[in-house]
Amino acid sequence: MIHLDNNDDFQSDMPTVFLDGVALWAPRWPGWTLAQAALRGEDVAQDPPAKRPAPLMLPPTERRRAPDSVALALEVASQAVQDSGHAAAALPCVFTSAQGDLAINDIMCQTLAESPALLSPTKFHNSVHNAPAGYWTMGTGCMQSSTAVAAFEFSFAAGLLEALSLCVAEQRAVLLVGCDTQVCGPLAGVTRSEGLLGVALVIAPQRGPRTQAALDWVLDTRAPAVRTPLQSAAAQSLTGNAMNDALPLFEALARPGPQQACLPLSSRTSLRVRVA
Amino acid sequence: MRPLNISAYTATCAVGVGKAPLLEALRSGRSGLRPNDFGASPLPTWIGRVDGLEFLALPPELAALDCRNNRLAWLALNADGFIDAVRAARERYGAHRVAVVVGTSTSSIGETEDAYASLDAEGHFPPHTREPRVHTPHSLGLFVQAALGLTGPAVTVATACSSSAKVFGQAERMLRLGLADAAVVGGVDSLCGSILFGFNALGLVSSQPSRPFDVDRNGLSLGEAGGFALLDRTPGPLQLWGYGESSDAHHMSTPHPQGLGAERALDEALGRAALNVAQVDYVNLHGTASQKNDEVEAALVARKYGAHTHASSTKGWAGHTLGAAGILEAAISLLAVESGWMPGILHTERLDPLCGPQIRREGAQGDVRCAVSHSFGFGGNNCVLVLGRGRAM
Repeated sequence: MIHLDNNDDFQSDMPTVFLDGVALWAPRWPGWTLAQAALRGEDVAQDPPAKRPAPLMLPPTERRRAPDSVALALEVASQAVQDSGHAAAALPCVFTSAQGDLAINDIMCQTLAESPALLSPTKFHNSVHNAPAGYWTMGTGCMQSSTAVAAFEFSFAAGLLEALSLCVAEQRAVLLVGCDTQVCGPLAGVTRSEGLLGVALVIAPQRGPRTQAALDWVLDTRAPAVRTPLQSAAAQSLTGNAMNDALPLFEALARPGPQQACLPLSSRTSLRVRVA
Repeated sequence: MRPLNISAYTATCAVGVGKAPLLEALRSGRSGLRPNDFGASPLPTWIGRVDGLEFLALPPELAALDCRNNRLAWLALNADGFIDAVRAARERYGAHRVAVVVGTSTSSIGETEDAYASLDAEGHFPPHTREPRVHTPHSLGLFVQAALGLTGPAVTVATACSSSAKVFGQAERMLRLGLADAAVVGGVDSLCGSILFGFNALGLVSSQPSRPFDVDRNGLSLGEAGGFALLDRTPGPLQLWGYGESSDAHHMSTPHPQGLGAERALDEALGRAALNVAQVDYVNLHGTASQKNDEVEAALVARKYGAHTHASSTKGWAGHTLGAAGILEAAISLLAVESGWMPGILHTERLDPLCGPQIRREGAQGDVRCAVSHSFGFGGNNCVLVLGRGRAM
């Protein structure tokens, strides 16, 4: 197998960090074990595909009522934290989403156009970009810092950069969650996001008993920034989702041996990572 | 932490464009609130609306990103020589070494709302508003980066009403690690249907100008604002001394009843600044005039700060500007450090007996070496900033 990127020199003066938990949820690959095999190129998938996650941390009624963005974020966050062995309440968290909850945006804009006085208070407070972070910290009793960011087509990379910065600057293990949902209604004419895709990582400053990979990283400002092409059919099938800029890293994590990925942060700046 | 230099800052809100009208209004008690005249069917409330946005034309190279929120961003960027300060930083460090970290709660959603209200016969957005980079939360970050000609990392923080306070923390980490040499931080939020009707649905909007910490307070006045600060690691007269970030882990839209999350953020901020509460001269409170926020925050102030500390909420001047509140109130705190003017509270007649001696209705002139700003948001998201006069680095 040829990994072209691995021929590049990788030099960084940033401290190495360690991935203690990894999660990915998509309807055909609703967990990292299956997703890892698919991203390695194996022809595996859940059939029929899952409709949406039902995170066990929510009570049964809430599990059905929670917006897609919240259900998805809680599911991948739980999977990654469980995988990592860290206590959820001890982890500062970074949530990233390119578009937020698109179904709530659609229903709110529709209600405002037709009968604004009927706007639902629950829809409104669930519409904030940090709703998944709010539900996660409530569900786990986490009083650490939590944030919610967006960076259009660079949203995963921007979230990863903030998580890496927090981890290294504060010497703390950090939870990173990236999720995007299906666009619907008239918004579908301008915004592109298909299906559900959620990813999560627990990133630690020291190697631990559950460490799965070491990650080296560097900001690269050599123009232009070019995203690492995807190799697996599974990853290519997920590019319609707005969180697709996470895929090169998760493909690198799924494949054996040291791997590199380039995740653009702007037209001129990329986050280059090497996992081993 | 090592203090961070604030080499330039600016803020625009209902009282005017830039720092001069803001300081004048804070001194004279001139409020920018007016009866709600926003939208087709205005709710009976008061708003802090910025004049002239309807007629503001963006330069042609930015016109693709046109919307109310980005017009307000442009108006704010052009005040107080801020663009020139960023240009100098760009020339000194390189465009790719200046990061953009900006906060908002609703970004350009007003433009999406307008598109839904004027769909064409096939149910599509009208042709003039089909730019994907506008109908997205990062619209603000994309606009600011393009307007300033920067090419480094750019991100939009959207943690409701703490957004444009948290940007200082995120930028500090980037600068500490050398990921950038300077950072443009700030935030912009503009009036739109979502927030007016959303806060109304939650029963949090007052029909009168908001009265923070009044015993008879009955809700918010909503407003819009934009502001920015330029951070770097050079010496200078104004600094970020510390910040603290925390989560309530309690409720989506009500604060922790004992204010434990807020207290945690305050303790972390003071710890980073290596500061004792006795050294805090002025506190700009979150003080939204909602029943719950002010009750919890009054108790926090009473138990944490010394009696000599002057604390006030400035929401009576421009309303609650949500994702822009952090930067607007950071600017008010920096003005306090520079001018010595510690604002009082507008529209409030009788302070809630829960308030300690720190919370003052009347403004006062003093020597302000250090100011603290509180920002607490939905989802239980808290951020506290410590701003001060330049000290040894």
